Amino acid sequence: MNNILQKSGVFYDVFERKPGTDKITTTYCPGCGHGNLHKLIAEALVDFGVTDRTIMISPVGCSVFAYYYFHTGNVQVAHGRAPAAATGLKRAHPEAVVISYQGDGDLAAIGTAEIIHAANRGEGITVFFVNNAIYGMTGGQMAPTTLIGQKTMTTPHGRNSINEGFPIGMSEIIATLNAPVYVERVMLGDTKSIMQARQAVRKALKLQIEKNAFSFIEVLSACPSNLKMSAFRSRQWISEVLQKQFPLGVKKDVSETFPGKDLKRPTIDRSQFYKILNIEPIAVDVEKIAPYKKSTFSAEIKVAGFGGQGILSLGNVLAEMGMRHNYEVSWLPSYGPEMRGGTANCSVKIANRKIGSPLVASPTVLIAMNRPSLDKFENDVISDGIIIYDDSIIDRAPLRQDVRVLPIPATKMADELGNSKAANMIIVGALIEYLGFMSIEVVLNSLGDVLKRKNLVDLNQKAINKGVDFIRKLKS
Amino acid sequence: MAKQFLKGNEAVVKGAVLAGCQSYYGYPITPASEIAHAAALYLPASGGTFVQAESEVAAINMVYGAAAAGERVMTASSGPGISLKQEGVSYCAGAELPCVIVDVMRGGPGLGNIAPEQGDYNQVVKGGGHGNYKNIVLAPNSVQEMCDFGMLAFELADKYRNPVYVLTDGFIGQMMEPVVFPEPVNQFPEKSWAIKGTAKTANNLITSIELDPDDLERHNQKLQQKYAIIEEQEVRLEAYRLNDAEIVLMGFGIISRILQTIIDTQRGMGVKVGLLRPITLFPFPKKKIAELTKQAKFFLVVEMNNGQMVDDVRLAVAGRKPVYLYNRMGGNVPSEKEINDEILKLMRSV
Repeated sequence: MNNILQKSGVFYDVFERKPGTDKITTTYCPGCGHGNLHKLIAEALVDFGVTDRTIMISPVGCSVFAYYYFHTGNVQVAHGRAPAAATGLKRAHPEAVVISYQGDGDLAAIGTAEIIHAANRGEGITVFFVNNAIYGMTGGQMAPTTLIGQKTMTTPHGRNSINEGFPIGMSEIIATLNAPVYVERVMLGDTKSIMQARQAVRKALKLQIEKNAFSFIEVLSACPSNLKMSAFRSRQWISEVLQKQFPLGVKKDVSETFPGKDLKRPTIDRSQFYKILNIEPIAVDVEKIAPYKKSTFSAEIKVAGFGGQGILSLGNVLAEMGMRHNYEVSWLPSYGPEMRGGTANCSVKIANRKIGSPLVASPTVLIAMNRPSLDKFENDVISDGIIIYDDSIIDRAPLRQDVRVLPIPATKMADELGNSKAANMIIVGALIEYLGFMSIEVVLNSLGDVLKRKNLVDLNQKAINKGVDFIRKLKS
Repeated sequence: MAKQFLKGNEAVVKGAVLAGCQSYYGYPITPASEIAHAAALYLPASGGTFVQAESEVAAINMVYGAAAAGERVMTASSGPGISLKQEGVSYCAGAELPCVIVDVMRGGPGLGNIAPEQGDYNQVVKGGGHGNYKNIVLAPNSVQEMCDFGMLAFELADKYRNPVYVLTDGFIGQMMEPVVFPEPVNQFPEKSWAIKGTAKTANNLITSIELDPDDLERHNQKLQQKYAIIEEQEVRLEAYRLNDAEIVLMGFGIISRILQTIIDTQRGMGVKVGLLRPITLFPFPKKKIAELTKQAKFFLVVEMNNGQMVDDVRLAVAGRKPVYLYNRMGGNVPSEKEINDEILKLMRSV
């Protein structure tokens, strides 16, 4: 008999965190279901020997102060967000027993997205959902679970489905999802129903402890103060009225077949991190690049053409090769929808001094791979600049007289190689040979490290050589 | 030398992992999505967690949970997503949870566009959510700094138990530059306050609620004291050719790069112009600005927004010298010519 009257070991003996002089009784009203549910959870935690491992998440609502009572790790969270915070906690500490304790406004209104998706991911947590059909702490407003016709502060004439919709059955919704293992609705009415709730609480927690299973226990609970009923009457109301809207019972239970989830993270040696992050030292062949180093060099290159012509990678390869020749480099795409079809362009700067703005507004070199690009950027090129254009695609020559013009039938030449997409690398080879600022040997040798698609290295090496040869013939 | 050519958005993730970031919770948004892509690749591979959250709100609350658990955790987004995260950031600040948030700014307000803007200055530097709090805000201007600040952010977050932003824009996020990578961090602070699901931490509490007005005021005073220490100790700035400067240009992020080029041009013509670039936007380099009022004829602040940092400059200058603004919005980047013209115009009129 004495046993029953004892406070569970997981409750603080004295509620030191509770303000005021009364540190012995809880903040809950007489008849409120929170006290019962707290006890059922506490008893299970002690019985299963997991009080030290438990992390209790207090929501916004009357149970916001659950941390006054539970001697466990306690995290108080924003309204509705307990399942999200629980996700972060459980992923960090898979060994912990994480409890998301929520009310009906918290879980079924403002936090609908969070509970649905935590359930859908099957987070290894246990959710206790206290449904008392009303907002308690804010003073008796309508909850998503308020019954049709039920009067609250915000439904003074009773909940009307035309204006407020219908009471929402969260257990039924959660049970439709694949990942949840155990979903049951219980109530805190008469003693028998409380004993049934006890079984559900224990089963849900055990499933987390043993299998990291997601369980959802909806608890029909009394709020005598806001229902404006006596403690006794409010308990009757749960059995007689609330239960009719929210039928009790197991909504889903696959605990027998659920194999369990190993959430433990692998331990990775931090000395392996460079490898994991694909960070590899770049070997710069100082001797090979030496003949190409100029005392002052600065190219501001605008590359433009259709999406799909490899415009961005043309600029990327130029810049990355520049880096391998110890130049300062930057590459800036005209990002966004332009990348997904239509005209694409990028800015590349290669210089042997620090690069300020990465944006190329007045190119020293324009590479135009289609007519709209030539039309758009021709006038931006600086006096004495260079315009390279694909004259196998573009049907007009540049009009500018104060620039050097270099027509290269890159697409046609690439077709001869069997793939018109290699036109961009023909331009790379041509530009490097034309400006003489990089070692072709180094470029060809490091192409395999630079290109993402390794199966195209051979083709692109040929294309670069073809571009180089084109310029050499032109020069001779 | 471990050097690599990569995007700003990727560099910040690699920096974070090297700094010991263990989990990433985020939601896709242009122009920040590559951060999530890289995190999805590298976090699980390095023994951590990546979760694509159902919303920005959920993402920041997962961050809240992981930070409460004592992890190094980050998220990233862009303007509209940062607006959604503000509730959670306020909770992190209130509960003193260290976390790192990367904001790759885009054009606003509303859906705006995905071009680079700096319109989140106010919502990030001034707090942004409800209540009396501050974020530490780092503003990189290169891909190298995206990596470096990705690491520094975690150090500062843990040191002060405070949210730290890396505030950048679509340009820095999307551009590629060489990065030299530092060594992985191997020593981490002991977080005795965290909730770890252990006997040792079973009496710990993470919360931001203080019902009693006196308690909440005390908590707020403690936060303000912390911010005062941060203002005292963590100001970071870059001074470029400022020694004899009579014209002080100011800009953060990508703008500071454009201003450097302009200064070189103007100096070539004999104009005494220099750059003060705030690297930390909070704490703001107020003292340095106040010092510069002695030598400067005027200040010109260049921003890609409606003029947000300029307010802080004006507060620091306190009317001692004229402060002008040159700004573009909508995702337009001011050209060197525009800014040069503005400087010449002001030189004639001041």
